[in-house]
Amino acid sequence: MRLTPDMIRLAVPFLALAVLLAGVFWLQPRAMTYSGLNLLFNLAVPIALATLAQMFIISVNDLDLSMGAFVSFVACVTATFLNDAPLVGALILLASIGAYAALGVIIHVRQLPAIVVTLGMSFVWTGLAVMILPSPGGAAPDWIRSLMTVRPPFVPMAIVASVLIALVAHLIIARSTLGVLIRGVGGNERSVARAGWSVLRARAAAYALAALFAVLAGMALVGLTTAADANIALRYTLLSIAGVILGGGEFVGGRVSAVGAVVGALTLALAGSFLSFLRLSPDWQIGAQGAILILVLALRLGLDAMERRRMRA
Amino acid sequence: MTFLRMTASRPWLWAWIAAVAVFGITIAATAGASAAGLAQAAFTFAAFSVIVGLGQMFVITLGPGNIDLSIPATMTLAGTVSLKLMDGQEAMILPGILVALGIGACVGVLNYTLIRALRIPPIIATLALSFIVQSTAIWTNRGLRVKPPESLASFSTGTLWGVPNVAIVAGLLTIAAWVLLERSGHGRRISAIGQSLPAARRAGIPVEGVRLATYVLCATLAGLCGFLLSCFSGGAALNMGAEFLLVSIAVVVIGGSSVAGGNSNVPGIWGAALFLFLVVSMLNTYGFGAGPRLILTGFIIIAVILAASARGRTAA
Amino acid sequence: MNEQTPILSVSDARVRFGEVVALDGVSLALSAGECIGLVGHNGAGKSTLVGILNGGLVPQEGRVEVSGKAAVQTAGWDVATARALGLRCVFQELSLCPNLTVAENARLMHEGLAGGAWRARARALVSKTLDEIFPGHGIDPRATVSMLPIARRQMVEIALAFCDAGTPPGIVILDEPTSSLDAGIARQLLDHVRRFVAAGGTVILISHILSEILNTATRIVVMKDGRVVADRPAAEFTQAGLVTAMGTAGREQARRLEGKGRGEVILTHAPAVGLPFEISRGEVVGLAGLAGHGQTELLRALHGRLSPEWRAHADPKVAYVAGDRRLDGVFDLWSIRRNLTVGALPDLLRRGLVQPEAEDRAAADWKARIGIRTPDMGLPILSLSGGNQQKVLFARALLTRAPLILMDDPMRGVDVGTKQEVYEIIRAEAEKGRSFVWYSTEMEEMELCDRVLVFRDGGIVAELTGASITEEAILAASFLGAA
Repeated sequence: MRLTPDMIRLAVPFLALAVLLAGVFWLQPRAMTYSGLNLLFNLAVPIALATLAQMFIISVNDLDLSMGAFVSFVACVTATFLNDAPLVGALILLASIGAYAALGVIIHVRQLPAIVVTLGMSFVWTGLAVMILPSPGGAAPDWIRSLMTVRPPFVPMAIVASVLIALVAHLIIARSTLGVLIRGVGGNERSVARAGWSVLRARAAAYALAALFAVLAGMALVGLTTAADANIALRYTLLSIAGVILGGGEFVGGRVSAVGAVVGALTLALAGSFLSFLRLSPDWQIGAQGAILILVLALRLGLDAMERRRMRA
Repeated sequence: MTFLRMTASRPWLWAWIAAVAVFGITIAATAGASAAGLAQAAFTFAAFSVIVGLGQMFVITLGPGNIDLSIPATMTLAGTVSLKLMDGQEAMILPGILVALGIGACVGVLNYTLIRALRIPPIIATLALSFIVQSTAIWTNRGLRVKPPESLASFSTGTLWGVPNVAIVAGLLTIAAWVLLERSGHGRRISAIGQSLPAARRAGIPVEGVRLATYVLCATLAGLCGFLLSCFSGGAALNMGAEFLLVSIAVVVIGGSSVAGGNSNVPGIWGAALFLFLVVSMLNTYGFGAGPRLILTGFIIIAVILAASARGRTAA
Repeated sequence: MNEQTPILSVSDARVRFGEVVALDGVSLALSAGECIGLVGHNGAGKSTLVGILNGGLVPQEGRVEVSGKAAVQTAGWDVATARALGLRCVFQELSLCPNLTVAENARLMHEGLAGGAWRARARALVSKTLDEIFPGHGIDPRATVSMLPIARRQMVEIALAFCDAGTPPGIVILDEPTSSLDAGIARQLLDHVRRFVAAGGTVILISHILSEILNTATRIVVMKDGRVVADRPAAEFTQAGLVTAMGTAGREQARRLEGKGRGEVILTHAPAVGLPFEISRGEVVGLAGLAGHGQTELLRALHGRLSPEWRAHADPKVAYVAGDRRLDGVFDLWSIRRNLTVGALPDLLRRGLVQPEAEDRAAADWKARIGIRTPDMGLPILSLSGGNQQKVLFARALLTRAPLILMDDPMRGVDVGTKQEVYEIIRAEAEKGRSFVWYSTEMEEMELCDRVLVFRDGGIVAELTGASITEEAILAASFLGAA
């Protein structure tokens, strides 16, 4: 079986995750238990969901700088309205998905740089979040809380959820016609339009799907932390971008992988805990994420170059 | 009509007009009591946004995809290390400044090395590096709050004939940046690359060298800003750079520079920085909280980019 | 003429792009069961005609008619209508989404694949069509397009055009379909074209390989300068006859640039493909051949070799005149003056700052010398006509002190008057010792050169000097290989 660059692209994040996990288990064999794994991947689920949300935006060659702010906003809505008045809360969240689709339309129709529009939106979402929850607080709706803390047999919730999420997102982006269309827009917008598709609708759908996954990320986050504040997920903007790239995605060309994105998110989540097992100062937690990002990209470049040389030979 | 034509060639006028208007509205609420104080505060806080905004502007001028996300981390690291080095001693001020600038320059070189060597977009290269720089800052800081040397602290909070010293520093840098952008060969080359990289290459411009120098300049300005800000606030804090990530981009956009690159202006950055601060004070004066203020800022950014795209349409 | 009723016809179509007439009253009727070979040199109007047929381009004058339906004036014939009629195009540049698999591309191209289990159906359909056209193709429909070698991508593209997913293909336009296929695969394709035509389909075949046209087409249409100059059954043509038909009979030979004989060699270059060459001082070297056969790549490689990436040299070794003004020529946001002086920046700087007087002087000097028609050099570059923009790009290159000027088909869409002025300047500069490497798609310009290198399939296949530079010789080398 020949290794194609595509497979390398997908194998690298798995390899990075495996190496990290092996390192953790070697340093701390007790992490291999049910509760150990649960602890390791505790916060991975919301990060994975936010990364998938970013992936939908990146697949149409855009970038969302408001992902963290939006997830924080959703967390605040979840911890207040969705808890106190579920119907109102649900309506707000639905409206915010509609807002994302509208953003996609505006960006497409006016040919605006998505990066600046979402930069503006990040202020808007944070502002709304601050108005909803001026100081940390609120409470997670019971059903979300119990869903996030359920203890399935053999494998911890975080891993089961990650696999499920990856599967669903994979079905959408890689298997459905809509997913093909969205990636087609990223790959060659002109020929998609020439074949008679509406690029506008495809972009709006990509934005709406992104909002849907981001909403799930915010709800999952509140389920884990039980409370919210307006800045709870600001780091997700950068983490989600890093996760997509780590998972084999590219900024342009509609090359994304849902499974890769989830693995990338898990790798980033694990990078932090890995250091504490190394007994290194937690100061380096963020740094380790940066270093892993650079290492993986370098590895991918090297493997790509090798593969290309072999193809030419 | 003439006014419209005037603003079309001077997109920075809008930011200034908005800043003056917001200033007027704020003063109206206090019946003119605090005009001088408000102006002084505005210039002080705007100065920091201007310094990083200038660097970000040069990078954005390089064209689509060029952006430096490592500004906040660089500010924090430069502030932390230089304050620690000076340790409150007057004699160490010069080495302190040099170290802050040196850290900035190193980050810039590393940024561009990653962009080139790994062939990755600037956004992900500067992001990855900023994680590492941020961690280095956390590690060197260790929660200690070293005070700046007395004279630096009083310089950065002081005024000269009523003008805040930091605003004077930022003003001098602004003039230098204006000369660099509008009058120098380097500025020409940056603008050419931003309009079309292949055309710049064919016109014989040493593209790689110019891009490297621009990233170094941006990070060096971030280092200087971190140094000044930590002296101003009496010590380096780990989150001191955080808000400057979005602000550095926002002042460039609101200031009327083109996000598509190649067409930037320096005065607009001052207008936008003053405006962003004054909007906060205005809404505070009228009793609004942080929420509406942020929402308004966001809508202003989107409105500016919409207006710019409409302008581009009528011109085309 | 064909006795059958045409299924699609274009009559008296005229298309102008600015000052350039691309089609000057062209009529073409397509009938069922014929393969039309469309030949012509660069700029003959083949692509424009294809654009009208596939609905992507509306002619300023003329009509498109569909059999059995009312005449369609200009509106009403668009891409969707064309597709619904079963018209398919295979373009030279690939129009697949490189990031998707073969089957996914099929899904996007064919609405008929909608519905459940589309993946399996798309795979089956693509495999079936590939098997029909290219037996033993070895292409996995699950493969990502960007991972396929260029030849296989081309095969997929062709197969997708011949696919029947609800709407059967009726008219298939193949624009240089064999350019990246090897001989065996190309033969399979042409065999399929014959079968398809025999079964009542219609094919328009554009190719620079004349034997393919002669062996496959039932009728050959020769175009020249936006007109159809010959439209006869294929059997009435020979290779030599086709080449002659593409040329212009009895045209006056352009005045040659009289070089002073060859001076010292300033550059030698050995490309990976084709013959090596050298350039001497004061020489004008032309690069000829059909567009896209490696001329621009060669110029870029030369420029990349001689132009610094990190530090500007005070003495540049090379200057470049771009062909695609909008893509790699003008800086849209700048004034005429800045556009003109950007190449010679090192000469205009003092302590890093641009000297306005020196810049004004240089700009005014060249405004006069090359005749840029503008009241003020401070006006935006886009205020100039295309021809004058091109003059600015020439002046930009000539203002540098570079001894070698590379020109990438810079006269495209430039009016005749401007051309003559620029030819004079090139002549004068060459006399002063500058060397020019000049890629052009226009025959007259090649006849102005001291030496012409003819390109085919990515490399140089022939070198013509002095009196041997003729339209016939260039056409023969471009279409038939080594002269």
